[in-house]
Amino acid sequence: MAETKPQSAPSTDAHEKMGFWRQYIFSVDHKVIGKQYLFLGLFMGYVGVFLSYVFRWQLAWPGTAVPIWGKVTAPQYYELVTMHGTIMVFFVAMPVLLGAFGNFLIPLMVGARDMAFPRLNMASFWTILVGSVLLLISFFVPGGASHAGWTNYVPLSDASKYLPGNYWGGNLWLIALAIDFASVLMGGINFLTTAIAMRAPGMTIWRMPLFVWQELVASVLFMLSVGPLIAGVVMLLFDRMVGTGFFLPEKGADPLLWQHLFWFFGHPEVYVVAMPGLGIVQEILPVFARKSIFGYRMIVWAVIVAGILSFTVWAHHMFVSGMNPVLAEPFSATTIAISIPFAVMLFAMIATLWRGQITFSTPMLFALGALANFLLGGVTGIPLGTNASDIYLHDTYFVIAHFHNTLVPTAVIAGFGGIYYWFPKMFGRMMNETLGKLHFVFTWVGFNMVFVPLFLIGLGGGQRRIYMSSVYTFYKPLQPLHVIATIGLLVIIVGQIPFLLNFFLSMFRGAKAPANPWHANTLEWATDSPPPHENFHTIPTVVRGPYEYSVPGMEQDWAPQAAAVDAGAAQG
Amino acid sequence: MAAVTPLRPVSGLKRATALGGGGSAPAATPKAADPTLGVLIFIGSEVMLFAGLISAFLVSSASAPFWPPANQPRLPVAITGLNTGLLVLSGFTMWTVVRSLRQHDKTGAMRWMGATIVLGALFLAIQGSEWAGLIRFGLTMTSSLYGAMFYLIVGAHALHLAVAVAVLLFVATRVWRGRYEVDFRGVVACSVYWSFVVILWPIIYALVYFS
Ligand code: HEM
Ligand SMILES: [Cu+2]
Repeated sequence: MAETKPQSAPSTDAHEKMGFWRQYIFSVDHKVIGKQYLFLGLFMGYVGVFLSYVFRWQLAWPGTAVPIWGKVTAPQYYELVTMHGTIMVFFVAMPVLLGAFGNFLIPLMVGARDMAFPRLNMASFWTILVGSVLLLISFFVPGGASHAGWTNYVPLSDASKYLPGNYWGGNLWLIALAIDFASVLMGGINFLTTAIAMRAPGMTIWRMPLFVWQELVASVLFMLSVGPLIAGVVMLLFDRMVGTGFFLPEKGADPLLWQHLFWFFGHPEVYVVAMPGLGIVQEILPVFARKSIFGYRMIVWAVIVAGILSFTVWAHHMFVSGMNPVLAEPFSATTIAISIPFAVMLFAMIATLWRGQITFSTPMLFALGALANFLLGGVTGIPLGTNASDIYLHDTYFVIAHFHNTLVPTAVIAGFGGIYYWFPKMFGRMMNETLGKLHFVFTWVGFNMVFVPLFLIGLGGGQRRIYMSSVYTFYKPLQPLHVIATIGLLVIIVGQIPFLLNFFLSMFRGAKAPANPWHANTLEWATDSPPPHENFHTIPTVVRGPYEYSVPGMEQDWAPQAAAVDAGAAQG
Repeated sequence: MAAVTPLRPVSGLKRATALGGGGSAPAATPKAADPTLGVLIFIGSEVMLFAGLISAFLVSSASAPFWPPANQPRLPVAITGLNTGLLVLSGFTMWTVVRSLRQHDKTGAMRWMGATIVLGALFLAIQGSEWAGLIRFGLTMTSSLYGAMFYLIVGAHALHLAVAVAVLLFVATRVWRGRYEVDFRGVVACSVYWSFVVILWPIIYALVYFS
């Protein structure tokens, strides 16, 4: 064995006895890093919800003092909306779905001992932490955080004369975003390398769980789409800080260039969030329906096709931007085409439930809730992707309701489902079912109470990003819907109390979790809960696909992927 | 020392395991994935970064009435052509480093490594002096969109090359200390990245200097 280092063959015991700092803080263990991401994502998530609480109060009862916050000024409104969108997409959805679940699960699911490059993995977490801190600091710099919207369109975001006083807020926004991208890039390199090169014996690509597939396609999409936006971010920083004019028409530049760079990344980015979320749902459904997933390979191909097409649709965000209208037709066509693979996936998921033996436990409730709302989000995307109807709907609350019905089901609802489902594996303890169901009802009902009214407001012509709706007469008849929506948000917020109680109490007091509490097949359930350092006592040999449930002729209704359940693992 | 390191069957990538090494992993864990794979994946993102920069360049030049603008200095095509030659040469010397390592020729590897580093640094120095001249003649990032685009793209490449030179310096010290006598996949990964930076340049040269 070619170990060139002086300290010969360290035993595993030496590894287990690392100091507190190495084990929990500066850890290179993908499981610890995954949990760190989870805590970061949850924290930022509640910051994002708080911001939406403040501006939703303003939308429902314009001009009144918001409890805890006070009166909202116009610049504050735009600051809140901008930071809400930025935080939710880049500092919640990505860290939770990729950072937390991807990190924790990919090595376990493919049967590896860790990520391919553990130190790069650690660097990825600390990088995004720096980005998050910078973004939060930007609230406190003179002029506050960025006001330019999460899409940061030029020229508004470009020269300081357009948003005077928002100089450092805008700069920090760009810097935090660049740091966030660097972090996810490091993660993506790890995800792909690990799944390509470190799979356990017998884990062929067609035996990989769908969650792994979805994470991989999402990583590829991210890595191939983010380059142009990094270029754009650097150019914009130069414009703001050095005085170049990459995007300024008065310097001869084309301001639409920013929109192209942003959306070339932006559309794949929404799939970077959607795909892992769907992957979580696709792991949960077969387990609680005790049925094989319907059309495993078809789903994989659908994801790949959707991934490829996602690079061809970006200008559907720009139908009213003044770009050449000739482009509108092909971009409408590709957008409608891309709904086909998603429809395939959704039908496959629904067909999985057909004649299954469904248990409505908490993870399953969240998975079903996510499925239902993602369907609504997908269907409402079609009128937005068709340029004829989008000209009317663009920049209304219909758009807001549409994309929240894609992002929230995947990042939040499926994300919570994933927490309930894998909590036993992550922390070695079970969560409380009653509190979990309570959490589900409040979150899901609240969510629909917010966004069904927003669809109606948008259809009624209600424009988004409006600070004081009470000054417009056309808004008057729509106002009661805003009140319902805000009450819905309060319902969601109340619903988080049972979750937080459940999450933190179960972590320390919950019943000890067996190795495989749900009787699931995938490899993460073939090792201890929580898994030991380096994941498996012996690397499992994989003998079958991930979804063989209720196979006729077998005594139990599940058939683990591993040939023999890990020798040292506690049975369950 | 506790003698029972649990038996660990070799996993997926056999070659990786057999070579050992890589971080603080116990000898037999399949932890050391091939760094070249990671670098190749990273290069995918890098290609898209430069594709973004080049598209921005094309969009800007297409919408300008005169490109380059009348009052801006012309770029030194000849000197840069020569410089391009130096960089391409460094691609071959880097390749020879890997070949030497494959033949267990450490001194040869060190020599070619040195040549690669010198060529890379020379390219940067010549480019730097070129920039100094252009700035004197009034081409800066703020003098025109043309200037901004020029420094952005050429600068982005120079930054990549500078980082690559720094990494090579670090790797050279490790070659010197005999780190790569058995497992030199780290050096192969470096050479792949270096090739990317080398191949990228003629494209940028043709696009920026001849438009
Ligand atoms: C607690 C649940 C949430 C509520 C009540 C909520 C509510 C809203 C509302 C009403 C707006 C529109 C504000 C306006 O145009 O004036 C908005 C904007 C936005 N939200 Fe959410 N949201 C929630 C969660 C999320 C999540 C989870 C994401 C993403 C993963 C997200 C991403 C965005 C984005 C990108 C914008 C656009 C910001 C902009 O206009 O620049 N939101 N949200
Ligand atoms: Cu889109």
